[in-house]
Amino acid sequence: MLTVADLNAWYGLSHVLQGVTLEIGQGEIVAIMGRNGAGKTTTLKSVMGLVDCRAGSVVFQGREILAEPTHLRFALGLGYVPEERRIVPGLTVRENLRLGLLASPNRARETLVIDHIAATFPRLKERLDQFGDTMSGGEQQMLAIARAMVSDPKMIMLDEPTEGVMPVLVDEMLSLFVELKRQGTALLLVEQNVDLALDIADRAYIMDHGTIVHHASAQSLRANKEVQERYCSV
Amino acid sequence: MTLAPDVLALQLLTGLALGALYALLAIGLSLIFGMLTVVNFAHGAFFMVGAYVGFFLYGLTGSFWASLVGAPLAVGAVGLVVERFLVRPLYGRGLDYPLLLTFGLAYVLVEIVRILFGKQGLPFDTPEALSGAVDVWVGYFPLYRLFVIGAAAAATLAVWLFIDKTSYGLIIRAGARDPVIVRILGIDIARVWLAIFGIGAALAGFAGVLAAPLQGVAPEMGDTVLAEAFVVTVIGGMGSLLGAVVAGLLVGVTISMTSLFAPEMARVCVFALMALVLLVRPQGMFGRAGLLS
Repeated sequence: MLTVADLNAWYGLSHVLQGVTLEIGQGEIVAIMGRNGAGKTTTLKSVMGLVDCRAGSVVFQGREILAEPTHLRFALGLGYVPEERRIVPGLTVRENLRLGLLASPNRARETLVIDHIAATFPRLKERLDQFGDTMSGGEQQMLAIARAMVSDPKMIMLDEPTEGVMPVLVDEMLSLFVELKRQGTALLLVEQNVDLALDIADRAYIMDHGTIVHHASAQSLRANKEVQERYCSV
Repeated sequence: MTLAPDVLALQLLTGLALGALYALLAIGLSLIFGMLTVVNFAHGAFFMVGAYVGFFLYGLTGSFWASLVGAPLAVGAVGLVVERFLVRPLYGRGLDYPLLLTFGLAYVLVEIVRILFGKQGLPFDTPEALSGAVDVWVGYFPLYRLFVIGAAAAATLAVWLFIDKTSYGLIIRAGARDPVIVRILGIDIARVWLAIFGIGAALAGFAGVLAAPLQGVAPEMGDTVLAEAFVVTVIGGMGSLLGAVVAGLLVGVTISMTSLFAPEMARVCVFALMALVLLVRPQGMFGRAGLLS
């Protein structure tokens, strides 16, 4: 579904991604782990076209998208939930969800889609006409995920979705991810919580200094305490 | 000195007519700044071009209504071209690049109009159907000024409905606060910016053609009005539609009222009002703090 090869990115003069290579298939959950500043967020941003990448290749659904603008990547079925969540202040929960629909063919059946999402996220259902930015951090995270889901993307990239979210919501979120996987959606997950990520992921990449240093199945990585210790401990 | 209440009331109406024009200009400035972070110094020139296009169309067709529709369309088209080919290459380079560009563009537009229509101002007759005065209970008031208030109110209402009730408006409201998420959600923000610049320019052109029968047309007519429109935008709060309307009317009334007592103090009072508002609320009456930071 997504193949990233030898991706390089710069912020000004600093070379933050130095040849990242990874891939993810349909219905797979893949985690990217590593310390702060390893380049995990930049990798997601680069795939979404929010960082100026001048070298490498990003192929999504068989199409090279490295030079394509962000809105076109969305149109191909790429969803992204950024770490800052980016719930638009001054817009209601419903308006935030509608925003996720406007560029999607699902727009034609807006009421149906929002009803469906409200059924999936009971907490949002009660708050549809409340301003999105007045909700708790966990609820905002749910809204950010819901907003990425309404267009039925083929793949969703999630940056630290469980950060600052209370445990009961984290459980809800994880079962949602598993359900999305069952429906064939690919999930690329950046996660600090190693145990949690390995619980639901099929495979994991470990990043350090802007490059992939380790790649393994979740199972073998769970057993490999040495690698976890070396690259993921704070 | 004492003035009869009815004179004050009529002067208040005059102030509202003036303020309605400021509001139209400030809405455009505010939209363009709120969305594109472009300080549009060509806005006064757009106003002036609107008046001249109106003048030209009025002469050509003999119909004021044709010029009332044609002027904003023509100036809106100019706005689209300006954004697409001049402003767009400057995005991401800081506030001063588009500011200097539009500053220079204003001179170019004024010069073009001078070449085409001459340096002298030209009279613009009030259309027959809107001339004369009507009884507004406190006295007789020029019908055309009432029409200006009504037309500006209608345009403002249309813009508000567009922004508050339509899907395009949702994109505009979201894009003003967070253009990045709008892009992530698949919307081509560049097209939104283009449309906003066009709408802002069209509103300035509409204000220009509305103002023409009040003051005639002159190549420099955009200069003073630009300064006042910026003051209105600052008082109302950059990026706020409601702020533009309230502050526009407030400035219009301030000017017309001080003109009654001390005409030479009118512009000073407007700037004093701005200083006062900024002392109490640096972001303006309805502005969000930190928009410029």
